Amino acid sequence: MADRGTGTATGVSARVAEGQRGRGAVGGLAGWTLPADRLGSRRRAALESFTATGFPTAKQEDWRFTPVTPIAMREWQVDGGEEGKRGRGEVGTDELAQLRFGADWHTLVFVDGEFRADLSHRPVLPAGVTVEPLGEALARDPELVERWFARIASSEVTPFSALNAAFARDGAVVRVAAGIEVPEPIQLLFVATPGSEGRAIQTRTILVIEPGARAQFIESYSAVGDATWFTNAVTEVRVGEQAWVEHTRIQRESRRAYHIGLTSVHQERDSHYRSFTLTAGGAIARHDLQARLAGENVETLLYGLYLGEGEQVVDNHTVIFHDHPSCRSWEVYKGILDGNSHAVFNGKVFVKPEAQKTDAKQTNRNLLLSAGARVDTKPQLEIFADDVKCTHGATVGRIDEIAYFYLQSRGISRGEAQRILTYAFAAEVVDEVASAPVREGLDRMVQARLGTRM
Amino acid sequence: MLEIRGLHASAGDTEILKGIDLTVEAGEVHAVMGPNGSGKSTLALVLAGHPAYKVTGGTVRLDGQDLLDLEPEERAQAGVFLAFQYPVEIAGVTNAYFLRAAYNALRKVRGQEELDPIDFLELLEEKLKLVGWGPEIMQRAVNSGFSGGEKKRNEILQMAVLEPRLAILDETDSGLDIDALRIVADGVNALRRPDRATVVVTHYQRLLNFIIPDFVHVLVDGRIVRSGGKDLALELEAKGYEWLTGEPEPQPA
Repeated sequence: MADRGTGTATGVSARVAEGQRGRGAVGGLAGWTLPADRLGSRRRAALESFTATGFPTAKQEDWRFTPVTPIAMREWQVDGGEEGKRGRGEVGTDELAQLRFGADWHTLVFVDGEFRADLSHRPVLPAGVTVEPLGEALARDPELVERWFARIASSEVTPFSALNAAFARDGAVVRVAAGIEVPEPIQLLFVATPGSEGRAIQTRTILVIEPGARAQFIESYSAVGDATWFTNAVTEVRVGEQAWVEHTRIQRESRRAYHIGLTSVHQERDSHYRSFTLTAGGAIARHDLQARLAGENVETLLYGLYLGEGEQVVDNHTVIFHDHPSCRSWEVYKGILDGNSHAVFNGKVFVKPEAQKTDAKQTNRNLLLSAGARVDTKPQLEIFADDVKCTHGATVGRIDEIAYFYLQSRGISRGEAQRILTYAFAAEVVDEVASAPVREGLDRMVQARLGTRM
Repeated sequence: MLEIRGLHASAGDTEILKGIDLTVEAGEVHAVMGPNGSGKSTLALVLAGHPAYKVTGGTVRLDGQDLLDLEPEERAQAGVFLAFQYPVEIAGVTNAYFLRAAYNALRKVRGQEELDPIDFLELLEEKLKLVGWGPEIMQRAVNSGFSGGEKKRNEILQMAVLEPRLAILDETDSGLDIDALRIVADGVNALRRPDRATVVVTHYQRLLNFIIPDFVHVLVDGRIVRSGGKDLALELEAKGYEWLTGEPEPQPA
């Protein structure tokens, strides 16, 4: 059943004030209105949930290292329906070409949080596959959206998830019907422009891969020009029985922007989900990746690479829920930190008593390139089953002097040796991406950032 | 070409080289032999500029240029090459890229144009033959997962590509079977030229059956205690290092 969208500015403000007396601050949401669509009751519930908690504070363990105060204390502008529509951000064809991995692949482009049909490329898809912006999906197949919106990434997951469920007006909705294989990766490109200065950009993406289907996704958050905005992006992924999914998430936003992202994955039995997360942009960038292994014999591979420099704060939190027996999770996150950047890695693995024969391995390796860079890494394994194989390892180090010497003894300068050895460190995890064109595209991005030309 | 005078070097507080004098002329092959712990590998590493060693006295000149003042890469650019006893593994970087980066770094210093990957591959084909390898080795990560023999061959391949004026081989024979030893030695011999010199650091005489030295020096406790022709190596083989040290050689733990 469709709800009326009814949130009003005053209603929101009142709750905001109430929330401020509670735990965290809720900041400047005054003037924000809930979108008027069929999801009204769920949006109101999400707003209730957010105002009850407010923004997280540094006192909460999960947010201890992520300074969200700059986000919480600022008055962000938000789209308020038709009257609030801003001028369209400019994204040139050349700029767009730089952000794409495959020119011919099915591509949805969102600029400053709004779907842009003129920039998107939507060739015919196999029957049973739909790739649509949220509004289109709500009009064509409202049951699909209502069924999955804020279900896997519910409002309880994080306060930002609740905020997003209340206010996200756009995003992508993808359905791959049972047994269908999508031959090429589907690209979802979220581009922000200086037109977003001072704005909150909230998008919600829903990926439903039905039993036995196979699909690859590129979800990219990038910028054309520098400005200060606040991206709050949530993605929900449902992987059906025996389905196979590769999901590549790239974040290369403005160095002045704040990026809070959540990816929630639900996997049914015998499914395979692999992700690669590249984090390179943002003043403060946080990504939460949560995977629930909701059936037997599930395989989950989480790879990540984060690159920090200047004053960047880069925070990755991952959670893997081993709820059933005989599942395998394999996680490798690597970080390269320069300047005064600060990286945080927190990897939780929960193994339920019934999840016997769990095989979980987590690795976090960090390379420091400067005296000012620092890393807080925290593996957190909570295992309640006895017949399991769970390991974790975390390292923080610098480039080995002997490796430097080896390259220098071949005539390579110390600076170039650093670039080569840093690239080598990154390449090891990029190599894990299954799709060759995606891997090569990521490799080019990493090289551009690190200054190598392989 | 290479003149070492009164060279002293330490690792931490321990003095290892205690006054080395050695002159190597262009076209010559010198073998530096010695028991374990004599300092022969240290000499090789100090010449290449290894960061773990500190030079506390003496001079080293290559064609009149003071080597000790130079960074390791500047020594390489001046024509010094060290074949490592323990080559470093670099997962994530292909042999092709690494070698091209090194080759182009040297060309750049000489004011030559850098070679693009295609032209470089052509140059490589000939060099690969020297060590009996096909082109597929170039797509493997540098020394990563290589056997001991493969690593040593890779050092010789690098040497063949970089064509140094002074090649220093640090116990390149250690851990090699006879076939690998022959490949390595053939590679070294093929690179001998009247304007280049080679210093072979080795514990055993075995390698010198394949790389015939013009001079042999025996290093004991950081000093050269005897120098001679190639027959000195055979004499050492027959009599053992005890002959010169006066005491049984300490066995490695």
